[in-house]
Amino acid sequence: MSEAHDPSGSSKAGALEIRDVRKSFGAVEVLRGVSLDAARGEFITLLGPSGCGKTTLLRIVAGLELADEGRVVLGGQDLGRLPAHRRPVNTVFQSYALFPHLRVRDNVAFGLRARRVPEAEVRTKVGDALALLQLQPLAERLPHQLSGGQRQRVALARALVNEPLLLLLDEPMSALDAKLRAELRLELRRLQRRLQRTFVLVTHDQDEAMTVSDRILLMRDGRIEQDGTPEEVYERPRTRFVAEFLGAANLFEARREDDAIVTPLGKLSAEGPAGWTAGLACIRPERIEVSLEAPASPGPNVFEARIAERVYRGDHVELLLEPGAVRVQCAPREGLAPGVRAWLRFPPEHVRLLDG
Amino acid sequence: MNALRMRWVLPPVLLALALLYAPLLTIAVQSVNAARYGTSWQGFTWAWYAKLFQNETIGAAARNTLLLACVSTAVSTVLGTLLALGLDRMPWPPALRRGLDVLLHLPVITPDILFAAALVVAFACLRSASSVFDPGMVPMILGHITFQVAFVALVVRARLSTLEKDLYEAARDLYAERGFVFRHLTLPLLMPAVVAGALLAFTLSLDDFIISFFTTGAHSDTLPIFIYGSLRRGISPEIHALSTLMVLVTVGLVVGVERLTRAKEA
Amino acid sequence: MAERIVWEGELVARRGLYARGAALLAGGMGFIALLLALPSLALVALAFATRGTYGDVVWSFSLDQMKRLAGYGILGWSPDLLWILARSVAVAGVTTALCILLAFPLAFFVASRPPSRRYLWLALVVVPMLTNLVIRTYGWFPILGTHSPLTALARGAGLLNADESLYPGALAVYLGMVSGSLPFAVLPLYAAAERLDGSLVDAARDLYGGRWLVFRHAILPQVRVGLAVATILTFVPALGAFVIPDLLGGARYMLMGNLIQQQFFAARNWPFGAAVSLALLGCSLCGLFLYWRAQLKDEQGARA
Repeated sequence: MSEAHDPSGSSKAGALEIRDVRKSFGAVEVLRGVSLDAARGEFITLLGPSGCGKTTLLRIVAGLELADEGRVVLGGQDLGRLPAHRRPVNTVFQSYALFPHLRVRDNVAFGLRARRVPEAEVRTKVGDALALLQLQPLAERLPHQLSGGQRQRVALARALVNEPLLLLLDEPMSALDAKLRAELRLELRRLQRRLQRTFVLVTHDQDEAMTVSDRILLMRDGRIEQDGTPEEVYERPRTRFVAEFLGAANLFEARREDDAIVTPLGKLSAEGPAGWTAGLACIRPERIEVSLEAPASPGPNVFEARIAERVYRGDHVELLLEPGAVRVQCAPREGLAPGVRAWLRFPPEHVRLLDG
Repeated sequence: MNALRMRWVLPPVLLALALLYAPLLTIAVQSVNAARYGTSWQGFTWAWYAKLFQNETIGAAARNTLLLACVSTAVSTVLGTLLALGLDRMPWPPALRRGLDVLLHLPVITPDILFAAALVVAFACLRSASSVFDPGMVPMILGHITFQVAFVALVVRARLSTLEKDLYEAARDLYAERGFVFRHLTLPLLMPAVVAGALLAFTLSLDDFIISFFTTGAHSDTLPIFIYGSLRRGISPEIHALSTLMVLVTVGLVVGVERLTRAKEA
Repeated sequence: MAERIVWEGELVARRGLYARGAALLAGGMGFIALLLALPSLALVALAFATRGTYGDVVWSFSLDQMKRLAGYGILGWSPDLLWILARSVAVAGVTTALCILLAFPLAFFVASRPPSRRYLWLALVVVPMLTNLVIRTYGWFPILGTHSPLTALARGAGLLNADESLYPGALAVYLGMVSGSLPFAVLPLYAAAERLDGSLVDAARDLYGGRWLVFRHAILPQVRVGLAVATILTFVPALGAFVIPDLLGGARYMLMGNLIQQQFFAARNWPFGAAVSLALLGCSLCGLFLYWRAQLKDEQGARA
């Protein structure tokens, strides 16, 4: 595949800018003012539960849906009222939407032929795209003769052959089984690195989002709840929704009293947003340091408790602690059994204070 | 189905098949019976088939039948396909869609005799505007199109409803304009259904008697009308030969439609 | 500015899209509306007009045709016309019942064939359906005629006098009607039988054992819709039959279909033809309504 198609020649080509996009279907407000930016060559992921508006946002960018309000700008060009077939954007559909009557080769060539690219050029470009995704042996097959993973690669090739400024991927893994999904994630990531194109992925799968993205935008009820690198959104969730949607989280009711944070476990010290007075304290299970012996020097954020119940959950254990009947999830460890006394340390740098 | 249940099912099945095929087989046998009059077996002959091809009246009726079937099929295939596209591929409000659906099914559910009576009334009114609508080929063709168009539309629509909407969106996303989408996506995908619809329309036109009978004129009699008329005059063995040939044409058409429908499913 | 929408990936004004849709529909719907829907309404109006001296239509509202339908003619009341209506309904009803009885085993038989050969069996049902009705009907002539073995058999059994034959006559009409309508009953039942959930039938066999109970509780509920379609597809056309009674019934055998044809041609009394058409439509609707009510009751009974 040749170098990035860059008609404007500026470094802005491929940079996506979405400003305050709103969309309702009848009485249902699907997008309530979404803004985001993606730099050229960046891989961003819209992550959220079904119904959060992420697919609608993607379709608006593709031109398959009209926004009621707001602007979508790609490489300095307002896509606004540009019809889908004039946008330098291509989509990998959730169903792949391969044309059932066309062989793989002709599926991939569809976009080029629709733009009346000379046939010789079509052949070269299709050949390159098939090579890029290792599809040459399947070139003469019909879609129904392909496996799920192969179909996905054809859908990718069919989109990428057009050298779009922006590639949109709508849940491209949801039709595949778990093992294949894990493999294809890495492949997708490598492909994007190699092509240096802007990718926008829509998914409800947090693992997928974490693995492939430069940046994750967590969506909920038509709004972007948090925007940041995978590390940022995982380590420093800003809301309860983000904390719970991405991985497991311990959440305790908390309020500020003088200089300390009061929780059912006891007093905590933690950094919170300015002006925070009450809400939740959050810590990831693997960040809790559990010890079966009293620490030498009782520092801050150490709680002593008796384990009343223990449930093993594979990558973490769930403990019911007395006194206070507090439930805590933490990393599994030898010796955590009912009746045992334990000391739990919440490192202050890993405790986040959230609004309720 | 196990042997026990087979024993109960087989007699009615055989009876049903006998009811369906007794008349057709009788005609086929009589068509090669040398007897000029009566039905007793007088030896085998192809003579009636040979005579058939020398009969001017039958030749004219055969030409009328083919003309009627070909013209009406051509028109109804195009209109029926467009009708299916217009029904299935447009964001009509639900109430309007239901209304259109009723209208579409009207030719399918109306008893033939009422259909024919309605056509007689319609052409009587149209005749006052132009003599084109005088009994004869034109009203016959128009009448046939009226029921064929609904069948073609139903066949094509059944196929359309299996095509996911995201195929069109994908084509759009891949820079295709409306015409390109139609030529390279919609039409190729619909083609088997369109051909199956056309074959069905052709078969229905050959099969029709009542609508032709109510709208025919002095020189536009079709084979079924000719056969019907000659039954009044007394059956001749040529009629058996002619009928047998028509049954064979139907068999061929049914096999054709079936092949196409199955290819579609694959 | 006109409202713009994206439809199947295309950015269009809604009005423009509707205009395009209307253009696509215009041809086909034009035919159906102008040559079938509107004239059918005209037929209703015609039923309340009168016949002029020369077979023309006099458009003044009158109930003459309705009175005539009810049996009041120039010579006073006679039951002849009502007999025709009653006989039509009876023929259609009996035909439907016989067709359903025969179609059930045939449909299940076809559905139980291995899929590779099922289409062959299906074609065997479809070919007669798509064969010209005139041919299918007159094929009975030799079978039921004066010199046929069947007629001889009936005479021998004392069912017929020596100078009578099975054709033409009522029995020939019934035979022709069942033969002609059978495919319309088989196809919907086949569609239902093909989708039948065999495990339910097996479960019912374990539960009840009896053949009738299995049928009643495991098979019938699953094919109810197919049965409804089969009944309608058989009954409605049978009610309007014209070719079969005309060819097999003999000169004096008259059903509604023949009566309509006669009024539109030989008698040139269109208003009365329209009135009989209306009666035919009414009987069809009544039949559908009765069927629908019976089904509703049956469902309630099944639920109770």
